[in-house]
Amino acid sequence: MAKQVAIDGKGVHYTPLNQQIRKAVADGADEIVISNVLGQRFIGDGLRGNITIHIHGVPGGDLAIFMSGPTIIVHGNAEHAPGNTMDAGKVVIHGNAGDAVAYSMRGGKVFVRGDIGYRGGIHMKQYEDRCPILVIGGTAQAYLGEYMAGGLLLVLGLHGPIKTREIGSGIHGGEIIIRGDVDDACLATGATKVPLTDEDRARIAPVIREFAGDFGLDPEPLINVEYTRIIPASARPFVGKYTWE
Amino acid sequence: MTIGSLPPRYRISIDPVRCMECERCIENCSYGVFRRDGERILINSRNCTACHRCIACCPRDAISLEEQPCDYRSHPLWTREAREAIYNQARTGKIILAGMGNALDYPIIFDRLVLDACQVTSPSIDPLREPIELQTHIGKKPAKLDLRRRENGDVELLTPIAPNLRVETPIMIGHMSYGAISLNAQVAMARAAKEAGTFMGTGEGGLHSAIYPYQDRMIVQVASGRFGVNIDYLERGAAIEIKIGQGAKPGIGGHLPGEKVCEEVSRTRMIPQGSDAISPAPHHDIYSIEDLAQLVRALKEATEWKKPVFVKIAAVHNASAIAAGIARSPADAVVIDGFRGGTGAAPRVFRDHVGIPIEAAVASVDAKLRDQGIRNEISVIASGGIRGSADVAKAIALGADAVYIGTAALVAMGCRVCGNCYRGLCPWGIATQRPDLVERLNPDVASEQVANLIHAWTLELAELLGAAGINSIESLRGNRDRLRGYMLDESLMQVLDVRQVGA
Repeated sequence: MAKQVAIDGKGVHYTPLNQQIRKAVADGADEIVISNVLGQRFIGDGLRGNITIHIHGVPGGDLAIFMSGPTIIVHGNAEHAPGNTMDAGKVVIHGNAGDAVAYSMRGGKVFVRGDIGYRGGIHMKQYEDRCPILVIGGTAQAYLGEYMAGGLLLVLGLHGPIKTREIGSGIHGGEIIIRGDVDDACLATGATKVPLTDEDRARIAPVIREFAGDFGLDPEPLINVEYTRIIPASARPFVGKYTWE
Repeated sequence: MTIGSLPPRYRISIDPVRCMECERCIENCSYGVFRRDGERILINSRNCTACHRCIACCPRDAISLEEQPCDYRSHPLWTREAREAIYNQARTGKIILAGMGNALDYPIIFDRLVLDACQVTSPSIDPLREPIELQTHIGKKPAKLDLRRRENGDVELLTPIAPNLRVETPIMIGHMSYGAISLNAQVAMARAAKEAGTFMGTGEGGLHSAIYPYQDRMIVQVASGRFGVNIDYLERGAAIEIKIGQGAKPGIGGHLPGEKVCEEVSRTRMIPQGSDAISPAPHHDIYSIEDLAQLVRALKEATEWKKPVFVKIAAVHNASAIAAGIARSPADAVVIDGFRGGTGAAPRVFRDHVGIPIEAAVASVDAKLRDQGIRNEISVIASGGIRGSADVAKAIALGADAVYIGTAALVAMGCRVCGNCYRGLCPWGIATQRPDLVERLNPDVASEQVANLIHAWTLELAELLGAAGINSIESLRGNRDRLRGYMLDESLMQVLDVRQVGA
C-alpha cells in the first residue's frame, strides 16, 4: 500500500517544512500532502526521489528549484519561478503562476493550467536525453521563451489567443509552439515562425494528452487544430557580432 | 586600396647561425608563424601573438621577437591602439573582442601604496622563530554570541555558527571555467589548491568528473546561464558562488562560442555540443537585492544550510552599497572583482573602460560595511589584478579577508599574457580545447608550479607581516595604518582611507 504522509504547513517556515519533506522521503513515503501552504518559498528545493507531493494553498517563489525527480501538484496558484533550474520531475499547477516559470529548467515538466507572467521558460535548455517541457494552459506575458536554449514550450491558449510581445527574444535552441496563429509583430529578434509538420504534431500530441489528463480536460479538441511553431533563426545568434582585437 | 596593410605588431626573426632547423618552432606555434620551405624555415610575423611559445621551445635561443617593429607617427592621443581599432571596425562594423585584463595604461594604485615595517620601538617578528598565523576563515560570523553556563560550570555556545571555509593562506584561486580553460589547466590548479590548503572556483562551466577528487576544495559557481548546475553539483562543492558580474566585463553576460563546446565541455556544462553557451547579462530570477537574497537562500536551502554562499560582483561605482545589501542577505562572503580582472573573452570596450580599480572598491566596501556595523559578519574577497604578495598584503590592509588570483595562476603554468585566449589556440595548453594543445600542459608539473607560487607568496606574506610586527593575517585586515600613499591625490587617499608617506 502506498505510504502517505500529511504535513500541516500552517505557520511553518520553509526550512522546517523542507526538513519534514526530506524526512518523509527518507522514510520511504510515496505521497506527501501538505495543507495550509501560504507563501513558503523553495518547497522541494534540491529534492530527489520518486515521490508525489500535493500542495494545498499557494506556495511561494522558487517552488521545486534544483529539484531532481519528484512530482509536485499544486492545488492553487504558484508564485514566481516554479521549476527554476529543475533537473527532472514534474510540477503541475492547478492555477496561475508568476514570472520566470521554469527558468533554466534542464529536464522534467512544468504544467500550468492557467496563465503565467513574464519571461516564462527563460533559458530552458536541453542536453542529451533530457528535454524540459513547459505547457501553459492559458496565456503568457511578454518575453516568453527568452534566451531559450532547448526544450519544448507549449501554449494552449484555452481562454483565447495569446497576445504578447517579444516571444523568443534571443532564442537559440528548442521550440515554442502556440495554439492558433501568432502575429509576426509578437516575435522578437532571433525568433522565426515555421509551419507545424505532421511529425511535430505527432510529437506534441502525447504532451497535450498528458496535460489534459492531469487537469481533467478533453484533449481531442486541442490536437488537430492550428499551431504556430517558433524556433531560433540561428543556433549561434552572436556569431558575426565580434571581430578580433 | 583604402586602409591597406597595417604595420605588423611583432616581428619574429631567426638567427641563421644559431638555428639548427630542429623545427620545434614549427611544431609549437599554433598560430602558423613558421613553416618549412625546402632548406629554410619561413616566417610570417603577422600571425604572431607574442605568446613566446617558440622562444620557450627553441633549444638554441635563435628566435627573437621585436614588438612594434614599424611605428606609426607617434601621437599622444591617436595611439596605435586607437588607430588600429578604427581600421578594424571600419572594415568589419563589429564589436572588438579581446582577452586577458584591462590593457589601458591607467595608474596602478597598488604601486602607489607602500607597506610599513617596524624599527626600534616596536620590534619586528622573525617568522623563522615565531609563528605567523596566515590561516583565516571565510564565511558568515555571528553578530554576537549567546552563551549559557551549565550547572557543572562549562560554557555552552547557544548561537548557531554558519559553516566557514578554513583557508591556510589568504590566497585563493578565482573562477576560470572548463571551456574557457582546458581541463588540464583546471585539474592542475585544483590540485594546487588542495596542496596549498586553499580553494578554487569552477567558473560557470560545471564540474568535470576529473575534478571530483578535489571537490572539497572547489567553489562551485552559479551564474546566469546556470550551466552545469544541478543538485549534485551544488552538493559536491565546498562552497557556492553566485556570479553577478565580472571585473573584465561588468554588466554583460558571457558566451562561450560553439567552437569551444566540445564533447567533454558539452557534458560538463550540460548543453548540446557545438552550440553557443550564452549567459544572459542578469540572472533572470534576480532583479533586485531582495531577489538576490532569495537565490542565496534557495542555494542554502538546497544544500541544507551546510555550504557557504558567496556573491561575486564586479567593482562598479556603487559597489559598496551593493556589497552592503549582500551583507544583509544570508550570503557568507562578497567577492569584489576589480576592473583589471582577466577573462577569456570580453568586448574590448568593456575590458578597458568599465568598472573601477579593486584597491578603491575594496576600501570603499570595507568602509561602508564598517559604517553600518556589519563588516565583522561577512568576508570580503578581493580580485582582479593581484600580481604578487605585495598586492595581496595591500588588498588585505585595504579591507579584504582574502584574495582570488587568476591570471597569476595561469602565468605560473606558462601563460605569457598574450591576450589571445578567445581564439582557442593557446599554445600553452591553457585557454584551448584542442586536444594536441591541451596535451602540452602536464597537470603534474603545472600543479606543482601553481602550488609553488602560492607557497612562495605565503612565505613572503609571513615575512611582510613579521617585519610589520603583526603575527596574524587577520590583524592586517583593514589595517590602513600600515599603508601609506605615495604620489596619490588627496581625494583618492580619502577613499582608500590612507595617509600619505611621511605622515
